[in-house]
Amino acid sequence: MARAVSTRRKIGFTIAAWAVGLAIFFPILWTILTSFKTEAEAISSPPSFLFFDWTLENYTTVQERSNYFRHFWNSVVISLGSTVLGLIIAIPAAWSMAFVPGKRTKDVLMWMLSTKMLPPVGVLIPIYLIFRDVGLLDTKTGLVIVLTLINLPIIVWMLYTYFKEIPGEILEAARMDGATLRDEIIHVLTPMAVPGIASTLLLNVILAWNEAFWTLNLTAAKAAPLTAFIASYSSPEGLFYAKLSAASTMAIAPILILGWFSQKQLVRGLTFGAVK
Amino acid sequence: MATQHSRSAARIMISPAVVLLLAWMIVPLALTIYFSLLRYNLLMPGTERFVGLLNYKLFFNNPAFFTALINTLLLVGGVLIITVVGGILLAILLDQPIWGQGIVRILVIAPFFVMPTVSALVWKNMFMNPVSGLFAEFSKAVGLAPFDFLSQAPLASIIGIVSWQWLPFATLILLTAIQSLDSEQMEAAEMDGASALSRFWYITLPHLSRAITVVILIQTIFLLSVFAEILVTTNGGPGNASTNLTYLVYARSLLNFDVGGGSAGGVVAIILANIVAIFLMRMIGKNLDA
Repeated sequence: MARAVSTRRKIGFTIAAWAVGLAIFFPILWTILTSFKTEAEAISSPPSFLFFDWTLENYTTVQERSNYFRHFWNSVVISLGSTVLGLIIAIPAAWSMAFVPGKRTKDVLMWMLSTKMLPPVGVLIPIYLIFRDVGLLDTKTGLVIVLTLINLPIIVWMLYTYFKEIPGEILEAARMDGATLRDEIIHVLTPMAVPGIASTLLLNVILAWNEAFWTLNLTAAKAAPLTAFIASYSSPEGLFYAKLSAASTMAIAPILILGWFSQKQLVRGLTFGAVK
Repeated sequence: MATQHSRSAARIMISPAVVLLLAWMIVPLALTIYFSLLRYNLLMPGTERFVGLLNYKLFFNNPAFFTALINTLLLVGGVLIITVVGGILLAILLDQPIWGQGIVRILVIAPFFVMPTVSALVWKNMFMNPVSGLFAEFSKAVGLAPFDFLSQAPLASIIGIVSWQWLPFATLILLTAIQSLDSEQMEAAEMDGASALSRFWYITLPHLSRAITVVILIQTIFLLSVFAEILVTTNGGPGNASTNLTYLVYARSLLNFDVGGGSAGGVVAIILANIVAIFLMRMIGKNLDA
């Protein structure tokens, strides 16, 4: 450092940053706190911040009344299913574009990205009608299919940017040593590609878990994941703040934790490698 | 050098992704355009017939369309201004030497991981509710009348909620960009007596311009399609006060069962999104060459 940062300046910035950070985080914190209150305490005036009788009652009530875990399970199946299926389709594609680029590779990549620009509402009606006719409405299979397709461009792109960073010389060397394509993939590429694949998996589980256009429009009671289940609290159930908070806390907790691990991948994945 | 063998292997490996995406793009798109030229109502099956551009004419002549178009632009523009300006300020703040930087960053990023239906309902009920929301409590505490956010200022309230969700994204990307700024250049400018403001204006901002463009373009793509937040807070109301294009098409087709009219709206939404997409693709395409 060319100059010592004065302690007073550091204290000032620390206070400002923490104040802003806590303010932004406050709605989440408040939701978590409210989930441990009784309904009476949740709407008490003035509101109590920490000094109330902590209870787990809301969590059990939410499960008993609405079979919460069924929706939780739907979310798990849909987000993991669509991500894994997407990876199975995308890994070979991204691999070949990164290591055997042709003249049109760039065009193919750009075209894949352009499919992501299609606003969902532009294709809602045909998808809805097709799903109705083939019996895919309100099924987990139907949502896995749609979410796989809408996230496929992001998956291909993320994998492509990661694979691109694997040095090609290593492959050359392996080939010189007489490695077959199979050896190349299993012994050379896979170990180097695993971190990129893991990051891609993480980000796409998050995106699929929170997807709230198709899940709301294509499901009803049976296959509804948490996004659609929580929407059923819009009225008048939502006025039971403690139960709404308990349902919400359980819905966001897993992704909040996964998300904090994926900060870096988030930047790269959502900007298609334009900002690293 | 890639051999002929590996070339054809590459083509085989890439084809499932290409074929699926091609089908996903072309089939529904063609159907949407086709439906938009029909009189097609789900409540009157069997009465479909070709009506040319009538649906578009009805759509454009419907005052709800212009309200929705303006609301869409206000929503996208409002959220962009708040998140980009807020994101730049926050990124600069988080880039300063502070204690617990990692934790503060985690706190700031958190809203991005909250699913849209949860954040909309938490804001609607626990904060904006005029009787028992926290904002009402606060108003009462300072002796003001509680404000009914979602019926008095529905669109502004939704802009607020959506901004809260997207501010972390803008901050994170701009922070990543700021951290790649050459600190020696900054220090040299400081030595030469450049004020903090002029350092920001002449060094930081130009350095961030690319990241800002990326944030604007990517957010626009997502913001044009805001849906869940409107559905669970206002249902597009009161009247059409908080209906955007996405919600209007949904209401037309799945609430009123007017497939023809809804499809015409869908085509308009696609055209709007494509205008943005062209710019975004150019930005990202340039990066591929680099």
